[in-house]
Amino acid sequence: MEEKYRKILEDYPLPKKLKDEIVEELKAINADEDFAKKVVERCYQVYLKNLVEPGEAAGIVAAQSIGEPGTQMTMRTFHYAGVAEINVTLGLPRLIEILDVRKNPSTPMMTIRLLPEYAKDREKARAIANRIEATYVTDIAEIVTDLRRMRIIVKPDEKAMEKRGLDLEKVRKKIEKSLKTEVKVENGELVIQIDEPSYKLLTDSFEKLKRLVVSGIKEIRRVIIRKEGDEYVLYTEGSNLKRIMKEKGVDFTRTVTNNIYEIYEVLGIEAARNAVIKEAISTLEEQGLEVDRRHIMLVADVMTADGELKQIGRHGIAGEKQSILARAAFEMTVNNLLDAAVRGEIDRLNGITENIIVGQPIKLGTGDVELRIKLFTGGDE
Amino acid sequence: MKVKLQDHILVPKHEILSEEEARELLETLGVKEEELPKIRVDDPIVKELGAKRGNIIRIIREDELVGVSIAYRLVV
Repeated sequence: MEEKYRKILEDYPLPKKLKDEIVEELKAINADEDFAKKVVERCYQVYLKNLVEPGEAAGIVAAQSIGEPGTQMTMRTFHYAGVAEINVTLGLPRLIEILDVRKNPSTPMMTIRLLPEYAKDREKARAIANRIEATYVTDIAEIVTDLRRMRIIVKPDEKAMEKRGLDLEKVRKKIEKSLKTEVKVENGELVIQIDEPSYKLLTDSFEKLKRLVVSGIKEIRRVIIRKEGDEYVLYTEGSNLKRIMKEKGVDFTRTVTNNIYEIYEVLGIEAARNAVIKEAISTLEEQGLEVDRRHIMLVADVMTADGELKQIGRHGIAGEKQSILARAAFEMTVNNLLDAAVRGEIDRLNGITENIIVGQPIKLGTGDVELRIKLFTGGDE
Repeated sequence: MKVKLQDHILVPKHEILSEEEARELLETLGVKEEELPKIRVDDPIVKELGAKRGNIIRIIREDELVGVSIAYRLVV
């Protein structure tokens, strides 16, 4: 029977998902061929009726549909959401961050999934977590300055080092490379001798040493392991997709970050589009607001149409409008008008905003079509 | 092991159109190629596919609500 339904549906230009649904429904009522044909025809009519009409102001509708629930969003910035202990920006500030395409969002976060052989084993997951988490010298050792003999002494904590898979030699090399001076080992401690009799040099080296990352990825400030279903998943505070994807044991294909610009750089424009949609919807949903995803998809499409991720606003979409009046109507009115005057720009009055300003009919809906009248001239022609 | 960016869950399937397909597409859509949305030559996925300037990329997007939809981008 299913075959028959499919055959009827074949010629209709309906979306695949809708077709599947119709087939399911037809199967449920066990319709015969004639009846099925009627149902399909009726569905198609309703589908056509619900399509967006040409000339519809889809952008305005999207703006209002996102804007209205947006007014109900909380101004409260921080919240411990989803994953315990990791702080993520939510609500309106997060939505602004997404639409502004901030290169450094205030709370970057990654969800790292592991390859099957690592995901089941807590110890192996722990090992990966230790490897990627940024470890500073201060985490594994005590740093002391000896002013009298002009030297800095690093007293390592054996247990802490072992936990992170480090040994004295590795740490020594790391410090040597970063400070560009010789580091000696004296009975289990690292000694950095400052040759010049300069107190400033000593304090500078000390400060640098405190900030030195001896292992892990600098951006990954903290890693939390959680069991999800039957696998262990790592959540990180801070994000560096490029480095993580090369890490052993990480299932790169299922590892994501909430830093959209990073996704754009590493995975390209289409992934960025998906990320914008996903992040915006989850932000709205978390606030209990329901916005149809098609409105957000439209926004994401506009943001990615030129192949690069552009923000909504004066440095992106709104700022690149060709019309001076439209730009002036958005933000920084005087500057825009003045700059345009200096450059001698011309406004062709092609868009909506500028035509509203000058009081002309706009090219939207029925205004988008022009009527032609066929005059009867009376003659043979 | 070399990671394939296209396998990532956020990346939809990208394909390069052949010249013939491209011509046919522009005809059916009734647009010039510069009117299509763009994708940069230095986009990581374009690099992976080895597409050149002027190629048209077919993108097969999958969405939980909308289902499968097809989009096109011109490599610039």
